[in-house]
Amino acid sequence: MARLKPGTRIRSAVCATELMVIQAPAGEVDVRCGGAPMIGIDEPKPEAAIDPSQKSGTQIGKRYVDAGGTLELLCTKPGEGTLALGDVPLSLKESKPLPASD
Amino acid sequence: MNLMMLLEMAVSGFPDRVAVTCGEERLRYGELLAAAGAAAAEIRASGAQRAAVLDVSSLAVPVGLFASAWAGVPFVPLNYRLTGAELDRLIEQIVPCHLVTDAERAAQLAGRPGLSVTVREDFLDRARTGARLDAEWGMDPEAIAILLFTSGTTGPPKAAVLRHKHLVSYILGSVEFGGAPEEAAGLVCVPPYHIAGMAAIASSLYAGRRVVQLPSFDADAWIDLVRREKVTNAFVVPTMLARIVEALERRGSVDLPSLRALSYGGGKMPLTVIERAMALFPATTDFTNAYGLTETSSTLTVLGPEDHRAAAASDVPEVRRRLASVGRALPSVEIEIRDEDGKAVGPGVRGEIHVRGEQVSGEYLGKVTRVGADGFFPTRDGGWLDADGYLFLEGRVDDVIVRGGENMSPGEIEDVLLEHEAVADCAVVGVPDEQWGEAVAAAVVLAPGCGVSADALREFVKTRLRSSRAPQLIVFRDALPYNETGKLLRRVVRTELAEEAL
Repeated sequence: MARLKPGTRIRSAVCATELMVIQAPAGEVDVRCGGAPMIGIDEPKPEAAIDPSQKSGTQIGKRYVDAGGTLELLCTKPGEGTLALGDVPLSLKESKPLPASD
Repeated sequence: MNLMMLLEMAVSGFPDRVAVTCGEERLRYGELLAAAGAAAAEIRASGAQRAAVLDVSSLAVPVGLFASAWAGVPFVPLNYRLTGAELDRLIEQIVPCHLVTDAERAAQLAGRPGLSVTVREDFLDRARTGARLDAEWGMDPEAIAILLFTSGTTGPPKAAVLRHKHLVSYILGSVEFGGAPEEAAGLVCVPPYHIAGMAAIASSLYAGRRVVQLPSFDADAWIDLVRREKVTNAFVVPTMLARIVEALERRGSVDLPSLRALSYGGGKMPLTVIERAMALFPATTDFTNAYGLTETSSTLTVLGPEDHRAAAASDVPEVRRRLASVGRALPSVEIEIRDEDGKAVGPGVRGEIHVRGEQVSGEYLGKVTRVGADGFFPTRDGGWLDADGYLFLEGRVDDVIVRGGENMSPGEIEDVLLEHEAVADCAVVGVPDEQWGEAVAAAVVLAPGCGVSADALREFVKTRLRSSRAPQLIVFRDALPYNETGKLLRRVVRTELAEEAL
């Protein structure tokens, strides 16, 4: 469990995934990756293994959101784990591409 | 947040793609990262608190930008067209500073207190071979990424402060990571001291699109470079597009098969120019108009390719006129039009454009922010929104003409004059008038081979607008004064016409 604000960086405890918070609800947020709670970008990784049922992977540059639209995370480094809020997997945010303007 | 995070992502996403090409030189993403690290070490060692580039576009610009972000100092692209005294005033504000420039300038500036001056080629040689700064970059979102002196067409130049949070938010809000196909190449011909030049580097990098630099704009050089480098995307200011269209018409054909998208902005695009361009280029060419300011980290609104096609093909006046609009706000940007009392007004009503969003800085070096308590930044640009949210610009609020207590926007009168077939370009300004306080005056450039009298133009304006808006004074000119990035020097026109009005 962690308090998240835009710009906060977190990483997976069990795979290579790194994320930056774009948007997050106030208070404690239970973001997990590969079945384990995510940790601060500078925190040492605990001795833990990825949950084999939580291995759908993360893609660099993609955004992940919860169903309620309160949490949005940008993947800055990809890994093997599935992202979830509590037990509920996050989904890929679909965005309409904008034309290049500069 | 740090711009370096974007570069780091790009390096891991597509390390072997070419990030930037200039002439015969190029840097792949991985090489750009390494060069930024070495240049960061040099900046750190110099003790400078800012890093400037006083030069045309070259590989030193992206290297300098990311090296500054890595070293934790603001990057300052300076206008290389400024003369000694003008430049001195800017340098005073940024010392102690590490400065990259050409050999001639380097010799002139050598030994200046607070400046560590280096020549571009030497800087790049060291960056390609040196050891990276042995320290991580900071992630403080409040740290300043870029200080950009505004063009100063309305007053002395002041430095807009763009923090990492503004630029990173802009990129994340408007560019899809790796969204560009492998062969994509974006031609950058605006100078580094233009916000579009800075934004183009960051957005192309994040999209995975190779940046192709054209150090000095010339329509024929631009056309040749598009062909040689198989350019797919390009951004131009309105005067550049006008010259490119003329050059292509002279050549008699548009043989630019790689070019898929042309975006333009940085000034008001005359309807005649964009219509000619759309008629000239293949129908598959995507045109995008963007409106933004230095203070807003570049683009705020976009008129996209589908908007262009729909407007050009429509007989409905409300849709057709959108070709003269700057499109709709980015999803991450809010726009409000407010009246003189600061109250928001509805569609169709003119007022000042206010904008809000994570990318909006609205702050100047050494001065308080102009952003209000509600987060909105007053752009000082006048405009109005149509019922579907398309934004129409009306010129600077400070250029509004007050004639006998009646406010008139020069843009509105200019648009009407430009509809006349004999008018190629025009500028409307207020000049002092004893009776009315200000009178409407116009400088008009005639289209080649055309003639029209001042009286006939006045009558033409009266058929479209209230008679008070018909210019009292109309003078004919061979050309209007623009700065090198296509901004009309309205102050110059005003001074000249005020003298004529006496």
